[in-house]
Amino acid sequence: MVENMTVTGAERYKAGVMEYRKMGYWEPDYEPKDTDIIALFRITPQDGVDPVEAAAAVAGESSTATWTVVWTDRLTACEKYRAKAYRVDPVPNAEGQYFAYIAYDLDLFEPGSIANLTASIIGNVFGFKPLKALRLEDMRLPVAYVKTFQGPATGIVVERERLDKFGRPLLGATVKPKLGLSGRNYGRVVYEALKGGLDFTKDDENINSQPFMHWRDRFLYCMEAVNKAQAETGEVKGTYLNVTAATMEDMYERADLAKELGSNIVMIDLVIGYTAIQSMAKWARRNDMILHLHRAGHSTYTRQKSHGVSFRVIAKWMRLAGVDHIHAGTVVGKLEGDPATTKGYYDVCREEFNPMRLENGIFFDQDWASLNRLMPVASGGIHAGQMHQLLDLLGEDVVLQFGGGTIGHPMGIAAGATANRVALECMVLARNEGRDIVHEGPEILQAAARHCQPLQQALDTWKDVTFNYTSTDAPDFVPTATAAE
Amino acid sequence: MRITQGAFSFLPDLTDEQITKQVQYCIDNSWAVSLEFTDDPHPRNTYWEMWGHPMFDNPDAAALMMELKECRKVYGDRYIRVVAFDASHGWESVKLSFIVNRPANEPGFHLQRQEAAGRVIRYTTRPYAADKPAGERYG
Repeated sequence: MVENMTVTGAERYKAGVMEYRKMGYWEPDYEPKDTDIIALFRITPQDGVDPVEAAAAVAGESSTATWTVVWTDRLTACEKYRAKAYRVDPVPNAEGQYFAYIAYDLDLFEPGSIANLTASIIGNVFGFKPLKALRLEDMRLPVAYVKTFQGPATGIVVERERLDKFGRPLLGATVKPKLGLSGRNYGRVVYEALKGGLDFTKDDENINSQPFMHWRDRFLYCMEAVNKAQAETGEVKGTYLNVTAATMEDMYERADLAKELGSNIVMIDLVIGYTAIQSMAKWARRNDMILHLHRAGHSTYTRQKSHGVSFRVIAKWMRLAGVDHIHAGTVVGKLEGDPATTKGYYDVCREEFNPMRLENGIFFDQDWASLNRLMPVASGGIHAGQMHQLLDLLGEDVVLQFGGGTIGHPMGIAAGATANRVALECMVLARNEGRDIVHEGPEILQAAARHCQPLQQALDTWKDVTFNYTSTDAPDFVPTATAAE
Repeated sequence: MRITQGAFSFLPDLTDEQITKQVQYCIDNSWAVSLEFTDDPHPRNTYWEMWGHPMFDNPDAAALMMELKECRKVYGDRYIRVVAFDASHGWESVKLSFIVNRPANEPGFHLQRQEAAGRVIRYTTRPYAADKPAGERYG
């Protein structure tokens, strides 16, 4: 470990440039306080840049520092406000990359504001020239800070109580094609899918208010479909009405109509921004509405391991911000998702307390201090034939969304929905009976298909569909690794 | 029609042997099991009538199955569901719920539409069975 080289006294404040590690941003003896926010960055310094100096620079640029010494530091309790890099470890099996642990005093942050938190932590520093690349891997959020946030508007338990659905994953589908349907045709898909056995249907991320279908039309036809399906089945149904729009005023107007029409859920996209998300979470809490978040845009900064923000951090921010549903990967579907890394995301959403699990990319213990849990959503290229894997990998508190896997069924949308629901229920039944669903899954599905022709057809249609590609975001640590200890 | 509330309504009606296994699964997870019945299957009728209290200290599914037999004798013409309750912190609610008895004939629901301003429709879902007084709705 590189020793402390902080310069103190008058020498520290002589005009000119000084290395960050000498300015107090590298404190290897520092022990983070329980109330500190801790960020873990993956840093890739430019050739010739010392990793400790790079870590100190990240600490400096994400807190009080600028490129040169300023005497006005001395008007403040500057030692408290300086973020402190206190540990730098080489990343296992990744030459030139380092994990830098940086602690921030709680007073650096405005209570209850994701915008303020992110303006500091990912504000300027990601473009800093001495670094080739920088990635925010994980954060430890102290209870004192967690408690300044509302958290999920509804939470998993109350969502289940409102829907009267217990003991099994929820089932959904995104209406396809994602663009072009008129309101009337769109509602048809919703009605068929819900009547056939789904709990939810969903607007896609880019369904807002376009020339082919304006939002009021969509909402009116969708709620006709929801209510009709509810009366056909005697079961609570819902459809995520996407209220994403250009301004908050537009979003509130759309959300208010959704409420007036009796919808139990509305939806927003991640691209509306952290402040708008927090506003909608407060609106959802005030109006007894479940709030679904589609993580549109996240892969631009979460997917590559060297640069950006890990999705586990986004998931933590969204739990604070207060959404009830978040897309968190399928493992087996068409979109990026290493199994171990994805488990980490699901744990962030659903556990009361996350213990450090390096093998899942979780670097810190995280106490959620009774903030509600949020429901992860698995969507993208999944089908009924994978039900045993999905239940085994993702568990019970999850929304499984089969878009193509419902609407593309050879016998039609309602049959596709029925196939998925029967597959789900037979697998939960078998799991509860103590059967080994991972190995017996295909056999359990075949047996259920004997009394359900739509399931048989779904199994036949998609039997060979898998998406086996190498993941770009696997954990750096295998369960036996000790490099970080 | 067939109302599809509960976890296993899309499967053929569960046999008593299958019900026993599910109940034992709940008990083995330390959840309290109980029975509830109703003749008003409206999707938002939360409070079905309780057939006794949840069994908080019962280690064996056989006890609930005995109660189910008794309950069916009295209310076999109605909906009966098994409810499993988890009292652990952070949940403190129902963990599994599934129907174990249905009326022979399920007439379903009427969807009432009231036209309001701006093409808005206000919906009311009404069980046909609810046209009759409680206790005289099925059988």
